[in-house]
Amino acid sequence: MDNSADSAVVAARNLSVYVPGLNRVVDGLDFSIEPGGMLALVGESGSGKTMAARAVLGLLPPPLKVTEDSSIRFHGHELVGATADILRKVRGRRIGMVFQEPMVSLNPSMTIGGQMAEGLKLHLKLSRGEIRDRCQAMLERIKIRDPARCLTAFPHEFSGGMRQRIMLASVMLLKPELLIADEPTTALDTLVQRDVLDLMRELTRENGTAVLLISHDLGMVSHYVRDVVVMHKGRAVERGRATEVLSAPKHDYTRQLVDALPRRSAGGARSTTAREPLVTIRDLVIEYPGRRTMFGKSEPKRAVDQVALSVRQGETLALVGGSGSGKTTLGRSIVGLVGITSGSIDFRGKPIEVGTGLLARLQRRDIQIIFQDPYSSLDPRQRIGDIVGEPLKLEPDMTAAARRERVLEVFGEVGLDRDFLTRLPHQLSGGQRQRVAIARAIVRRPAFLVADEPVSALDMTVQKQILKLIRDLQERYGFACLFVSHDLGAVEQVADRVAVMQDGKIVEVGERDDIFDRPKHDYTRRLLDAAMLLDRKFDGAKGAA
Amino acid sequence: MIARALKLPRRGVSAILGVTIVGLLVLAAVFGPSIAPYDPLKLDFMARLKGPGTPGHLLGTDEFGRDILSRLTYGARTSAWIAFATVTFAIILGMIVGILAGFYRGWVDRLLMMINDALLAFPGLLLALGIMAVTGASRDAIVVALGLAYAPAVVRVVRASVMSIRQREYIEASFVMGNTELVTMMRHVLPNCVAPVTVLATTMFGWVILSESALSFLGLGVPPPAPSWGNMLASARPFITQAPYLIVLPGLFIAFTLLGINMLGDAVRDWLDPKMQA
Amino acid sequence: MMRFVLDRIVSAIPTLLIASIAVFAMIRLIPGDPASIMLGDLATPDQVAAIRKEMGLDGSIATQYLLWLTNILSGDFGQSIGSGDPVLPLILERFTVSATIVVAAVFLAALIAVPAGMFAAWRQHSLGDVGVVAISTLLLSIPSFWLGLMILLLFGLWLKWFPIIGYVSFNEDFWTALSYIFMPVLTLVLVELGAIVRMARAATIEVARLEYITHARAKGLSENAVIWRHAFKNAFAPTWTLIGLILGGLLGGIAVTETVFTIPGLGRLLVDAIYARDYPVVQGCILFISVIYVMVNLLVDLLYPIFDPRVAE
Repeated sequence: MDNSADSAVVAARNLSVYVPGLNRVVDGLDFSIEPGGMLALVGESGSGKTMAARAVLGLLPPPLKVTEDSSIRFHGHELVGATADILRKVRGRRIGMVFQEPMVSLNPSMTIGGQMAEGLKLHLKLSRGEIRDRCQAMLERIKIRDPARCLTAFPHEFSGGMRQRIMLASVMLLKPELLIADEPTTALDTLVQRDVLDLMRELTRENGTAVLLISHDLGMVSHYVRDVVVMHKGRAVERGRATEVLSAPKHDYTRQLVDALPRRSAGGARSTTAREPLVTIRDLVIEYPGRRTMFGKSEPKRAVDQVALSVRQGETLALVGGSGSGKTTLGRSIVGLVGITSGSIDFRGKPIEVGTGLLARLQRRDIQIIFQDPYSSLDPRQRIGDIVGEPLKLEPDMTAAARRERVLEVFGEVGLDRDFLTRLPHQLSGGQRQRVAIARAIVRRPAFLVADEPVSALDMTVQKQILKLIRDLQERYGFACLFVSHDLGAVEQVADRVAVMQDGKIVEVGERDDIFDRPKHDYTRRLLDAAMLLDRKFDGAKGAA
Repeated sequence: MIARALKLPRRGVSAILGVTIVGLLVLAAVFGPSIAPYDPLKLDFMARLKGPGTPGHLLGTDEFGRDILSRLTYGARTSAWIAFATVTFAIILGMIVGILAGFYRGWVDRLLMMINDALLAFPGLLLALGIMAVTGASRDAIVVALGLAYAPAVVRVVRASVMSIRQREYIEASFVMGNTELVTMMRHVLPNCVAPVTVLATTMFGWVILSESALSFLGLGVPPPAPSWGNMLASARPFITQAPYLIVLPGLFIAFTLLGINMLGDAVRDWLDPKMQA
Repeated sequence: MMRFVLDRIVSAIPTLLIASIAVFAMIRLIPGDPASIMLGDLATPDQVAAIRKEMGLDGSIATQYLLWLTNILSGDFGQSIGSGDPVLPLILERFTVSATIVVAAVFLAALIAVPAGMFAAWRQHSLGDVGVVAISTLLLSIPSFWLGLMILLLFGLWLKWFPIIGYVSFNEDFWTALSYIFMPVLTLVLVELGAIVRMARAATIEVARLEYITHARAKGLSENAVIWRHAFKNAFAPTWTLIGLILGGLLGGIAVTETVFTIPGLGRLLVDAIYARDYPVVQGCILFISVIYVMVNLLVDLLYPIFDPRVAE
């Protein structure tokens, strides 16, 4: 596929991006896309995939530069070294780009209509009325409610998924020949991800637009794109049909990546029916008070609605749902971070204490939590050793030497080198930080652990390691775990049982295999559908390995 | 990282300049009495209004024949002492109120912030003028007046950073661990407020020197005959045509000092900015 | 939107109330009998008795406050001890002078500083940027009264271009008024330039890093369109707030500049009243300036959604 340079919409040859005086971020990358074709650049953070895509439009953030011997040909015209004028005529009109964060990629102080019209006004000679009509028609096409009103609205009035649809629409209005989509759905909920990607496929097919998709998710990519290039540390390590790369990865790194992909595999889940419940939740309701204004309060928002659930000794119960489903609130209420409105949460038959009173503090020895964002859950000014050892300071008769010994022991258990004792959090990678957070949570050997989206901020290969670590620690210490997640792929790897939550209510609870293979509730089915777990056929191919 | 490499030389130069100037100010303040050639209050009617370069009087003499260099040196002492006392006062007061408001929120926060906002509703110098109107002009009154005038700004900054720190998960982690609110506050909240407060304190040092000299210039600050850069300017005003150096010199000293403090402030800000450390 | 406006307006009320209590308390904090303080040293016992009655000094402190507040709200700020004139008309007359100078200065300063700051930010680390930053740091370090005196020395005494003392209203003669106002306005423009430039620059650097700026470029927009259509409004929002604070703050600190150029403004009135222990005037001035300050900031807040529609939610 690489030898068809001139018929290609875009062909990059020996593309290298570097930081002057320092390293290369992208190193000798080749790729090309046929008209109407789709190619995905796949890699984890730091692989250089985003910079390679930005180089096509000449939009590298300073001080990054493209080397002089790089070549990016767009319909045979060289874009490397092209003048700003030429680039501006190509941008938007012939090559469109969709960005990752819909929250920050639309201008907050400009109406949707204004932002959509901008490209049309600039590149096509249209009257105001025509521009308006086209924008409105496009918004209708992407099924935005009340398109006329939408044109005069501001971005903050829409959800992330809606903004990403609007962004797609405004780029596709100009019917570009190439669409560069930089992780267009990474910031979105699973269910919404699927919608946005489907919409992208439809719109580009209708207009014959070629797509360069940037993603970290090989599994998702394989559902939409034929050809992939796998990138690692700036280099292309493997390329070919997505299905072939998935079923028979050749390069070591690709194999790791494929290995880390979520898939359905029977086995692994333990039956826990016979065990005693450790945490019992009855008729739990949690409401957030309405926002206080000068004119009284707005309506309270019910985050958790009449939930009954129990977590048994030593099991992992996964709590699954989209954003706003109330799963995080429920998880935090068990560790006493959120007060309950009515109902009860019992731990070992005693109600959970809220606040920082003595009883609550005693109870916390046995209940711990791991947070989602390892960048925010560690105090930036504390040394790693102190972070992990801090809970032990609350043990009345523990000597400093005993504390140190225990910290080192836990360091070993979570796979942290003892060099890390005196480091600061910002010197660690995301995965290492999450190991620190886990070490801090288990250092006092709790009986119950809440894991709130513990891997969703991490790269796929790191996710896999962390999930395995949690599972191993559980095997060894037998703590029960409530695993809160939106990601069914992760849930599949650790859960014994699964509870599905929607709009504050538990809609389905069951053994993991029942939920995954025989879902009863419609919402569960939709979640499973959107999760894009690897098909059985790849599982079969990999199963032996 | 790259931006850092490119910026370093410039930042370095301004940091060094800032440290040097502020260092000189501190030296003058501490060793003023032994550096100054004359007693700043010593009158000499034989040597009135001598220009700079007069033998025996390097920077000349004023309308009473007092040695300008000595007065400027003692003025540095006055300014530095007032600025140091005021900033300390404002920071301590502001941190106590700001941490209480930011940490406890609820009605404590609402009450404290209502008072604070009302104090902020007086422009800084106006509030100081109001307090000086009640107390009369003296060095201690300046410290109290300017301290009260600037504390609300400290409260704002501290409260904002406490609120943002409080949102961080490591604070929740500390609660879940079983730490009390006091321990959490001392161990996790306070140390993380230090950076923004340090930046503010540096900047405020400059504001106070400026405000003090403005008050003294208006005759509502350091009472004569004690020398302060501001009241030297005020008393030199009638002689603006005869002896412009009387006005040029104290002003240059103030400007030079503020320049040093501002450059130091920028350097401190860059240095403490967590984004720069990553 | 309506809710946002009402919310902001209502939230200014407690602030004003506390400010009024502080000003009211001022006289009570000075040792001695408030009535004698209000009347000055030359009062006769009869006058003291009369004012005691007027201030309600026999009643509780709360009734005294309410009485005082009612008077203020009905426009009665009391009489000046020195001249015996009612305070409010005096303040209003002097305020016109100060406001003319301050508004002109802040407007001109913003007009120069905002483009300069944005220019510097857009070419961060260039020679132009370094120059703008250096000049603004320098300006930030020069005390206003000294700068004023230097300008007076240069333009007034050496070059003799402008009259050095006094003020002429724009109603009398435009060009004469301009010649009187030139030096004080120039002083204040230079003094405030530094802070606004730095704010505009910092805000623009912040905005320039955001994704929607790259998005705007990816649409094919020219660099000018990116700056003015996408960066300007967003970068201007924080600067706008600062301009409001400066406008109000200058009214509080204008006394210094008025002293330098011998202008009969509000600041000078306040300082002279403090010297003369003319407390009705002192109280009136402080209360008036803080009310104006709150009003200016309220107005700035109310207009803020033009630059950032998110806050009105």
